[in-house]
Amino acid sequence: MAYGPHTPEDRSAMLEAIGVASVDELFADIPAALRASALKLPPPESEAELAGRLHHLAGRNRVDLVSFLGAGAYRHYVPAVVDQLLLRGEFYTAYTPYQPEISQGTLQTIYEYQSMMGELTGMDVVSASHYDGATATAEGALMTCRATRRERVLVSRGVHPHYRQTLCTYFAGADFVADEIPLLAEGPASGTTDLAALERMLADPERPVAGVVVANPSFLGLLEPMAKVADLAHAAGALFVAVVEPVSLAVLASPATYGADIACGEGQPLGIPLAYGGPYLGILACREPLVRQIPGRLVGMTTDVDGKRAFVMTLRAREQDIRREKASSNICTNQALCALAASIYLGAIGPHGLRDVAALGAARAVELERALAEAGAPRVHRGPYLNEFAVRVPDAPEVHRRLLARGVLAGLALAAVEPDDPSLADALLVCATEVTTPDEIEVFAWTLRDEIERGRQLSLPSLGEGAR
Amino acid sequence: MTAAGDRLGPTLFERSRPGRGGGKVPHPPKDALARIPADQLRVDGPHLPEVAEPELTRHYVNLSQLNYAVDTGFYPLGSCTMKWNPKVNEWAARLSGFASLHPFAPDELAQGTLQLLWELEQALAEIGGMRAVTLQPAAGAQGELTGILMVRAYHRSRGDLDRTEVLVPDSAHGTNPATASMAGFKTVSIPSAPDGGVDVAAFRAALGPRTAAVMITNPSTLGLFESRIGELLDAVHAVGALAYMDGANLNAIMGRFKPGEAGFDVMHINVHKTFSTPHGGGGPGAGPVGVGDRLLPFLPSPRVLREPDGRFRLERPGERPSSIGRVRAFAGNAGVLVRAYAYIRAHGAAGLREVSDDAVLAANYIKSQVAGVLDVPFSRHCMHEFVASGATLKAETGISTLDLAKRLIDHGYHPPTIYFPLTVKEALLIEPTETESLETLDAFVAALRAIVEEAHTDPEMLHSAPHSSPVRRLDETTAARQPNLRWRGMTGEQTPCPD
Repeated sequence: MAYGPHTPEDRSAMLEAIGVASVDELFADIPAALRASALKLPPPESEAELAGRLHHLAGRNRVDLVSFLGAGAYRHYVPAVVDQLLLRGEFYTAYTPYQPEISQGTLQTIYEYQSMMGELTGMDVVSASHYDGATATAEGALMTCRATRRERVLVSRGVHPHYRQTLCTYFAGADFVADEIPLLAEGPASGTTDLAALERMLADPERPVAGVVVANPSFLGLLEPMAKVADLAHAAGALFVAVVEPVSLAVLASPATYGADIACGEGQPLGIPLAYGGPYLGILACREPLVRQIPGRLVGMTTDVDGKRAFVMTLRAREQDIRREKASSNICTNQALCALAASIYLGAIGPHGLRDVAALGAARAVELERALAEAGAPRVHRGPYLNEFAVRVPDAPEVHRRLLARGVLAGLALAAVEPDDPSLADALLVCATEVTTPDEIEVFAWTLRDEIERGRQLSLPSLGEGAR
Repeated sequence: MTAAGDRLGPTLFERSRPGRGGGKVPHPPKDALARIPADQLRVDGPHLPEVAEPELTRHYVNLSQLNYAVDTGFYPLGSCTMKWNPKVNEWAARLSGFASLHPFAPDELAQGTLQLLWELEQALAEIGGMRAVTLQPAAGAQGELTGILMVRAYHRSRGDLDRTEVLVPDSAHGTNPATASMAGFKTVSIPSAPDGGVDVAAFRAALGPRTAAVMITNPSTLGLFESRIGELLDAVHAVGALAYMDGANLNAIMGRFKPGEAGFDVMHINVHKTFSTPHGGGGPGAGPVGVGDRLLPFLPSPRVLREPDGRFRLERPGERPSSIGRVRAFAGNAGVLVRAYAYIRAHGAAGLREVSDDAVLAANYIKSQVAGVLDVPFSRHCMHEFVASGATLKAETGISTLDLAKRLIDHGYHPPTIYFPLTVKEALLIEPTETESLETLDAFVAALRAIVEEAHTDPEMLHSAPHSSPVRRLDETTAARQPNLRWRGMTGEQTPCPD
């Protein structure tokens, strides 16, 4: 075995102490008829062979393209200190801090994480972490149902499609209803949540609404009228769930200031690698009156018997190991180490650094917008955005493929994730962050112009035929 | 405690001084945000800590040293499988090809990760005797939810709408009943028999046309293999219900028992237990779910597919309408799954079987040594863990299992899981894992023996244990009654800092 310490002599000594002749005897409880067929797996590998295999597999991924891809997971500069500290075995090989006397390191870092997220969101209570932005959003929506004893939520189509789909999966289990709030199709606010539609949906007396879920920035990168959504939701007795991106909160209004009751979102941008989708960090936060509804672990400050300040998991009567079928959620294992990564990232980058990250991304995005517009790909929408936006490109999925071959990852072809929305069939969702360089923008714009031009020429003969 | 003294320190907020830190990213142009409407902008804060890198580093290094961890010592925490976390796995997950891959990267850019995920699915299906596996769930509990939602979809697809109940043994992890509730089912609790197994009569009596599924942990949370499992599974299927296997204890049975072969329809696997991915102070893990033929159509989307030409791809949205849908964003905790894959490739079939053999051997060995020290309520051979009880010790000395556990800290050990399962009084659930040396196992038993001795000679000292840890027993009541859940930099009252 690769990592075990037992010599044949050790095993013999243990068998003798137990009083059995072989290990097989210890498995006598497995009925003969149900014993496993032979396990068929590839042969074991030494560490050197294994390292070679993994190196080869990692090398089969292409991460060298000039990338403008965001759509819920973002490239950022991660200060070197973050991973150095995450590699402390005392952090990453510890279990959940159920024994607080020998877990103060983990407990204090969680308390500090809760506090930092509290500062960013303005919320009173922040869970120790949830799985990811999608599941945090689903749980946030479920909280509104428990708190209001209503069974229907309204979710803007501007919320990330994976979050909406996850929410639907969770809601199917609970037999609750999730209806979609449409986006405005045209006008200066096109692409943002349709407030008139929201108002109508909230007004149905037969189907009272527990919560309204809107993202800011939206999946399409647009800034939403969050304060107005909050007013509409509250006027109907519903709670307001804001889906937020934490880096943006360095410069954008916090959920608390625009009246959100619950804030959730994806913490990946805070120093967590892209890693093909996980492990990430589900941020879940709420106002104090909802504290008993929030799922997952909470760490609080207290003292020990000597009066020393210390930290401990608290309000545990919400959790599955205590409340079993009456728990606020079944969550047990969370994403603690990712929460630690986010905390160290925030500590390293600081409040001014975080503003710089957000503002520099916004500045680069404007340069990107101009360059793409000049290349023939104007924005789809007109409203304000922070650092991500959709552009219109004829035959976008095909152009996206062609750019890949030229070393440019041209964001996300929206048709791939929103196949039912014809208004996005020819759209690319692109983003810039502080790591986006002017050179990269120039390469993107130049190759895009080239491909659009080529597409135009390819379509000319058929136009000519039509004219004849 | 250490040469450096007591490492309890201020929070990062208390270390903050305006103007410290910086230099990590370039400054933006002054007008970078001028185009954003004023009502969208933040007016105040955020009041995050401002610290320089040396202080930040010491803050976290010193905090880390307040933790007990697998890297620092023996962690016999029952039901948690605190085995060694191989270092090469950490290296592998950080390879740029894996770590920098965007989750929306087109399939042709992601062939390495997709191949790894696909091969891992095959390996886990083989280990579990299952037809197929999804790697999407982020943790064991989410795996449970995924499994039970598939059960629900299965019954509904057959028009079988009356199945509203999920049967769960009373010794089960709390996640089982909590999962049943989240998936819209009523939990029916099944008592344990005196031998620690499921009470077959009660089980049969509870089964019926309303039963959607039965959730069974095998080996059970008592560390016992359910020897009547064949009979139980037959009874489940005879009433048209499905059998869910909680794979939390898979570390005991690799190569010995494949749940799918035995008749389980669905199971989850905690890779952070059996497959050595680190617990991270509470996460992240991953909770792959294996299914048999009945539930195959309902697996969450997207699945990882291999094309006839050997290329790999993710399922497209809507490609398989029978799916229960997504249970999270993107394809799964890929970074965790890289580690699990590395672990399986390092072992191969014989190695994994040896892992389970050694885990079971070590548990039985400790059990044989503890038998003269504490009560061991179930005398038959255990699997990878066993339950001891401090009931006699408490009756004789007044020393509770909590006291004993806290005193183990002074002896240099992380305590076992205590007061779980709920069905055994003064329970200690002890799981040594396969990666601890015989010397470590012996030293742990010697510590238990010494504490029992102390219980008779100096009970007061045990009531107030631990004495050598960074902090002593905590005031959990005040923590819950007056919750202080975040630092209030500008407002609330502070508890004085210890230095």
